[in-house]
Amino acid sequence: MTFALAMTAPLADADRIGIAGERAICDRRGGLYFPELRLLAVSDLHLEKGSSLARRGTLIPPYDTGATLLRLQAVIADYQPAIVVSLGDSFHDGGGAARMHSSFRERLEGLMAGRDWFWVAGNHDPDAPADLPGETVRELAIGSLVFRHEPSALRVEGEVAGHLHPCARIVQQGRSVRRRCFAGDGGRMIMPAFGAYTGSLNVLDRAYAGLFRRETLMAYMVGAERIFAISHAMLRPG
Amino acid sequence: MTEQPRLAEQNAAVHLPQPFLKWFAQKGWSPRAHQIDLLATAQAGQSVLLIAPTGAGKTLAGFLPSLTELAKRPKKKPGQARRGIHTLYISPLKALAVDIGRNLGKPVEEIGLPVTIETRTGDTPAHKRQRQKLAPPDILLTTPEQLALLIAAPDARRFFEDLHYVVLDELHSLVTSKRGHLLSLGLARLRSFVPGLQTIGLSATVAEPDELRRWLVSQNPPGGLAELIVVTGGAKPEISILDSEERVPWAGHSARYATPEIYSEIKRHKTTLLFVNTRSQAELLFQELWRVNEDTLPIALHHGSLDVAQRRRVEKAMGENALRAIVATSTLDLGIDWGDVDLVVHVGAPKGASRLAQRIGRANHRMDEPSKAILIPANRFEVLECRAALDANYLGAQDTPPLVNGGLDVLAQHVLGCACGAPFLADTLFEEVRTAAPYASLDRPTFDRVIDFVATGGYALKNYERYARIRLNKNGLWRVSNPRIAQQYRLNVGTIIEVPALNVRYVQAGSRGSASRGGRVLGKIEEAFLETLTHGDTFMFAGKVLRFEGIRENECFVSNAPGSDAKVPYYGGGKFPLSTYLAEQVRIMLDDPQRWKKLPEQVADWLRFQADKSVLPKRDDLLIETFPRGNRHYLVAYAFEGRLAHQTLGMLLTRRLDRAGARPLGFVATDYALAIWSLADMGRMFGAKKPSLGELFDQDMLGDDLEAWLAGSWLLKRTFRNCALISGLIEKRHPGQEKSGRQVTVSTDLIYDVLRSHEPDHILLQATRADAATGLLDVSRLAEMLSRIQGRIVHKNLEQISPLAVPIMLEIGKMPVHGEADDTLLMDAATLVEEAMGTK
Repeated sequence: MTFALAMTAPLADADRIGIAGERAICDRRGGLYFPELRLLAVSDLHLEKGSSLARRGTLIPPYDTGATLLRLQAVIADYQPAIVVSLGDSFHDGGGAARMHSSFRERLEGLMAGRDWFWVAGNHDPDAPADLPGETVRELAIGSLVFRHEPSALRVEGEVAGHLHPCARIVQQGRSVRRRCFAGDGGRMIMPAFGAYTGSLNVLDRAYAGLFRRETLMAYMVGAERIFAISHAMLRPG
Repeated sequence: MTEQPRLAEQNAAVHLPQPFLKWFAQKGWSPRAHQIDLLATAQAGQSVLLIAPTGAGKTLAGFLPSLTELAKRPKKKPGQARRGIHTLYISPLKALAVDIGRNLGKPVEEIGLPVTIETRTGDTPAHKRQRQKLAPPDILLTTPEQLALLIAAPDARRFFEDLHYVVLDELHSLVTSKRGHLLSLGLARLRSFVPGLQTIGLSATVAEPDELRRWLVSQNPPGGLAELIVVTGGAKPEISILDSEERVPWAGHSARYATPEIYSEIKRHKTTLLFVNTRSQAELLFQELWRVNEDTLPIALHHGSLDVAQRRRVEKAMGENALRAIVATSTLDLGIDWGDVDLVVHVGAPKGASRLAQRIGRANHRMDEPSKAILIPANRFEVLECRAALDANYLGAQDTPPLVNGGLDVLAQHVLGCACGAPFLADTLFEEVRTAAPYASLDRPTFDRVIDFVATGGYALKNYERYARIRLNKNGLWRVSNPRIAQQYRLNVGTIIEVPALNVRYVQAGSRGSASRGGRVLGKIEEAFLETLTHGDTFMFAGKVLRFEGIRENECFVSNAPGSDAKVPYYGGGKFPLSTYLAEQVRIMLDDPQRWKKLPEQVADWLRFQADKSVLPKRDDLLIETFPRGNRHYLVAYAFEGRLAHQTLGMLLTRRLDRAGARPLGFVATDYALAIWSLADMGRMFGAKKPSLGELFDQDMLGDDLEAWLAGSWLLKRTFRNCALISGLIEKRHPGQEKSGRQVTVSTDLIYDVLRSHEPDHILLQATRADAATGLLDVSRLAEMLSRIQGRIVHKNLEQISPLAVPIMLEIGKMPVHGEADDTLLMDAATLVEEAMGTK
């Protein structure tokens, strides 16, 4: 077998993008930050997915909530946003918030303190999370942007959504790389899932049909150290 | 013990009931000594291991104790309680169980014995299984997985209460895997149901018979051994190495050069069995043979990825002696009896002496005639390896792998299975588990952690108490908390993990599979390979050149591409690493110019050139050559420890070389050597002892470096996935739904990352590391080598590439690139975009 070792070289800022005229930064940990608005968006945290599966007999490690919150804490510490929008499916099921360990709840409340926090309703968590501060909304319009959980079927300029857990795949030198990604065409953005146990769906899957202008679609793929901007033509299904 | 025909006849009269003696006489046969020996041993109440070559009448020997006992049994009176199973036969293959059922039925019928024989496999219909529970046959033929299921049933104890014998066929192949671990635990359970239970193990020749003897009997207290009967003899096989008129290639695995010579051998023989090591070699050889098949001889292809129906057709044709040649991979290794094979051709090196002996045993399935075999080395190192294997086979040397401790993931599965059967006391189960040889040295704290894992996941964060799968009741018994748990267990039993694979289906060229659902299924191919293909790529499969049309859900669509060359080589299929024993034999041969005389002249010349230009490694030394080539510097280590160990060594050395400032760029590993290339002059660095080779190859690389590399390694993630599935952390199947391989892969990778960062000492990670050390990483073998070569490293700093280095240098860039699908590739893709967009 032949092995190639990684070599890194500087590239232009792959993570700076525009959505309907708003400047944004794709953070490789899974957050989208709008500096002018001082707004951080995260999507599909799926907190308490571990305990949700455990209820049905699959006893996967109960550390996903802790891992997800730790990463969120780091992102918030770096950007110090005034507004945080959690784009739906923040909890894996309706009982998730109530099941959350008290230490995690305290950590989450600590993150929420001193900033505006919006829980956008998702299909997994249509109702407001139990006993947690923040405002639960169906959707949220700020500036030229609209935040909602599921992308709408009709084209909406400035829509930022989640729900689909996009990933992208490329093949180089006979090897295949699949990574989570931010998927955007300049007008609409679908964010990667933030949660520690969340799977992903290829951005070329039928579920995305009609959502993007193909010619300007870019996948901002999440690497180990940084974001890589990959154009639609290089992407592979599967 | 040896064959003593006269004595055997006298003994036969003592041990064999009259109807049997009559039957033997009618057939014009006399019972063989080992058959009577085994019968006498069993009648004396002992468990026994029979080691015999193929064709020695092993099966009949294994069943004689049961048949004679059943023959003497009084007839069942009307109204008498039902009689349970008397003998359980377990084989590694479903097909073998069915085959044995047929073969055993014959003597039973001819002698007129009142004995019922039935099979129970995954293919047995539900109503038949149900009936078997109510009216068990005397002899039940089954597989390890089915035994696990029977044990997990609530009526297990009653079902097995009349059991006398367990016959274990092909034991040598069962014990080395996790299937063997599960089976040993099942056997322990049966022993606790029936304390006087006797086992009869049937095995091909193995390196350490005592390991199998221990395996057959309780090891609590330790030390017990089953009786041993060895049948030696059988005619010595006639094995030769093809001394080709053609030039033997430096590198590669196709052995294409020898096709015309192989074809003429096929023409000269009735039926030829051609063994290769990988599926891709099978495909290639099959294509090449048909290219030269002027007489359109019936030549067929058989490997595990082909559609079942097609495999059955080939097997049937083979049984009817309708084929002249079959190209096959290891799927045909085990002792199923088919047709009259009079020649075995082994293409490529056998990688192990025992494996070679087994495969050659396929020819002339009659013990007294010599098997005939030809070895076809695919490259020059393989010539050495074939020669070494050949010498070993004549010497009767064996290199079956040593047995390893039982997997904790397998134990977890078994514990849940026991709870599904009946509530258990932890103390009792612990003592029972330790009767199984692979678990004889299990300690109590580890056992308790396994129980804890089964109950609540065993996490330090005690979050899942309320979701426990098994619970302790007030009598101290562990019981399943919910009938649904037992249902899930039954769906997921077993240790065989399938690699995610897609059906390969024919469609019209260019249709991309959307319109026409159409054509037939050719077989299955690993998802990982298919993912690298683009529409229009051509590759070889099922004996055809196919064009890749696309993937839709779990199907891969292909069309015929006749006349095209296959563009993408397919490297699927199991590849065995070179055995430790054979590797040593190769080193000894290199060190002994006297033995080069037996080698083909062109190969001996190659070694002489090496002695002239550099040096040949001494048998216990490690030779390291360094030389420049192009604008790179190369290091080649001739370690002869097999591809897996070399791969691990390569990963670790490049980390160390990077720290030492050598700026390594990549490496390639074969069974024989490891090559690393770098920007800095490694030869000069070693010369100046910055670092010295002793430091570089120090055993401490197995500490922190290994740990650091392992952390994110895909090898460990893959191992973890298997452990997670076997232990029942994740389900292979859920009632009413089948998870696709991909969904499972994604989630176990994520679980691994989370678990590793939060609870690195979790029992499942412990099991994963233990597996990796013997499996994909072969750390144990690397460790042995590093300790052997201390102070024995020979460095040759050369001006240019040496003759011995040519084969591995030819592999660079030619072999598929595995390993971390790293960010370099993303970088390449992103750079292309930037160039195209003019942002750079």
